[in-house]
Amino acid sequence: MTTVLAAEAGSTTARNLTITLFLIFVAITLAITVWASRQTKTATDFYAGGRSFSGFQNGMAIGGDYMSAASFLGIAGIIALNGYDGFLYSIGFLVAWLVALLLVAELLRNSGRYTMADVLAFRMRQRPVRTAAAVSTITVSIFYLLAQMVGAGALVALLLGIKPGTTFLGMDADTAKVATIILVGALMIIYVTVGGMKGTTYVQIVKAFLLMTGAVVMTLLVLAHYKFNLSTLLGDAAAASGKGENFLRPGLKYGVESGDALKTFYSKMDLLSLGIALVLGTAGLPHILIRFYTVPTAKAARKSVLWAIGIIGVFYLLTLALGFGAAALVGGTAITAQDKAGNTAAPQLAEKLGLDFLGGDLGGATLLAIIAAVAFATILAVVAGLTLASSSSLAHDFYANVVKNGQASERQEVNVARISALVIGAISILLSIFAQSLNVAFLVALAFAVAASGNLPAILYSLFWKRFNTSGAVWAIYGGLLAAVVLVFFSPVVSGAPTAMFPEHDWHWFPLTNPGIISIPFGFLCGWVGTLLSKEHDEEKYAELEVRSLTGAGAH
Amino acid sequence: MSTDTPASAPAESAAERYLAVQRSDEFAGLRRALRGFIFPMTVAFFLWYALYVILSAYARGFMGTKLFGNINVALIFGLLQFVSTFVIAWLYARFADRKIDPVADRIRAEIGEVTHDDGPRG
Repeated sequence: MTTVLAAEAGSTTARNLTITLFLIFVAITLAITVWASRQTKTATDFYAGGRSFSGFQNGMAIGGDYMSAASFLGIAGIIALNGYDGFLYSIGFLVAWLVALLLVAELLRNSGRYTMADVLAFRMRQRPVRTAAAVSTITVSIFYLLAQMVGAGALVALLLGIKPGTTFLGMDADTAKVATIILVGALMIIYVTVGGMKGTTYVQIVKAFLLMTGAVVMTLLVLAHYKFNLSTLLGDAAAASGKGENFLRPGLKYGVESGDALKTFYSKMDLLSLGIALVLGTAGLPHILIRFYTVPTAKAARKSVLWAIGIIGVFYLLTLALGFGAAALVGGTAITAQDKAGNTAAPQLAEKLGLDFLGGDLGGATLLAIIAAVAFATILAVVAGLTLASSSSLAHDFYANVVKNGQASERQEVNVARISALVIGAISILLSIFAQSLNVAFLVALAFAVAASGNLPAILYSLFWKRFNTSGAVWAIYGGLLAAVVLVFFSPVVSGAPTAMFPEHDWHWFPLTNPGIISIPFGFLCGWVGTLLSKEHDEEKYAELEVRSLTGAGAH
Repeated sequence: MSTDTPASAPAESAAERYLAVQRSDEFAGLRRALRGFIFPMTVAFFLWYALYVILSAYARGFMGTKLFGNINVALIFGLLQFVSTFVIAWLYARFADRKIDPVADRIRAEIGEVTHDDGPRG
């Protein structure tokens, strides 16, 4: 039960292999990017990959865009350390796709062009709505980006086994973290500025394929070890965790029952709040929404969500086996010795599986290296999607439609999008370096909360509520966004708790770590009140939006 | 292809055309069919999911009940969320293929024909 990463134990095989595999991935994706750049001539090519992807390709790309390191390493880690509770995350992340499938994907594909705001501003005054949508898109994307990039920095030091006091290529752990953040940032800028949506999509497809393959192989090894008896695996995991049957029930991490009745109440509210934000956030994430524009028709958009549900669903079932497998075979003590949050559970499991079943040290080093490289690929694909979404919104919504009042040429717009990607990438790198010593893992949950509180109400009202207007859209977006951000700022994840972003300070008064249960209804309420406060109503434009969204007439 | 910005408003005939289509019985039927499926289904899966989250928070004893071996209610309930998601996705795909696409295609074709005529709607 004292398995440690080979790299840490001094073996450089895994480290060299990881770097080699990672460089191969980078080389292949850069080649794809250069190829994609030759195919990228129009704005539609840059923003929407020429709308030429098939439902299956886009489904894979959605999987690649969606299954972040937080999903792969994070959920496996939560299950490995806290058992069942990690599964709650998986289920929320999956069920959320039904909102996208039933209510959003096809209607958005039919009526929009490049960004989320195309649909929101369809029958509204362009400038206020597009400004609000751009603010929200960039906020959500940057929160998400920061969490991924800071995570990447921490991860590389762990996976390459750079401990405080040791060096790698002359870098100590802190320098290596900064170097990783800059490398990840530089690559995502290249993918987006050079390859546009086409390049980014292929990077995501390749990543989804690698991630699924890695997860399937590891799951098969775990299950084979237990002769495909899930019950034995769970029993072993529970026994190894030292928490017995509680390990297989909800409650070790979320909704914790303590002696303090008020604490217990808040903890359970927090669980409900998280659950709501997860299920309603996905269909409001701009980097997910713009993926629906990469296919030619609404029917293809439907097919891509169906594929995405299949791929993502299977993946989350696999993480169940990986998480419990790591608990049983690696053990919580060995995992927390590497990383307190459990993010290295999956790579450690890979090494253990290779060690036991694939021919000893070399097998262990190989499988570890493969999974570590897959984890880097995962991060790269996700940050590229986020950078593309935010730069598209900045160029298409803010520059072309607010600054230039819709008078910018296609060429100008795409140039601005490329520059935006560079600027947003650079800002993200700087913020990530600044934030690398802070605990920013909560930013992913915050991004989901903002998406669910601001974007989703605006999108649903826009598509389904005849009376909805400019004032309502602006109120919904800013109201939901502000509520989520303000509540989190005054919550225990930012101050007033040992695990907070600023543990030494305490200005918190909001007791929950997830704002969703308040901010999501608040966002919907704001949209409703804002609508009623204005008499504006464009009957003709609503008719056009409704007919186009339902039938695909006049679709781009 | 029309633009997506009200700033550059399409020709008046196009706006009238969309209004006429929106008010047609055929379109009303399409809207009714679509909403009749997606709204109840959304409510259903949301309540089903909410039940799961609420039980996870407040019914630990029930969720921990062992069914066979180490497989307990919580695990089966969670796996059923996967099953229900897959089933609803499949039901919707079947419904949309059969009931929505043919009508939407027909209405789109009608609008398309008028657009090609480029004249007032006859």
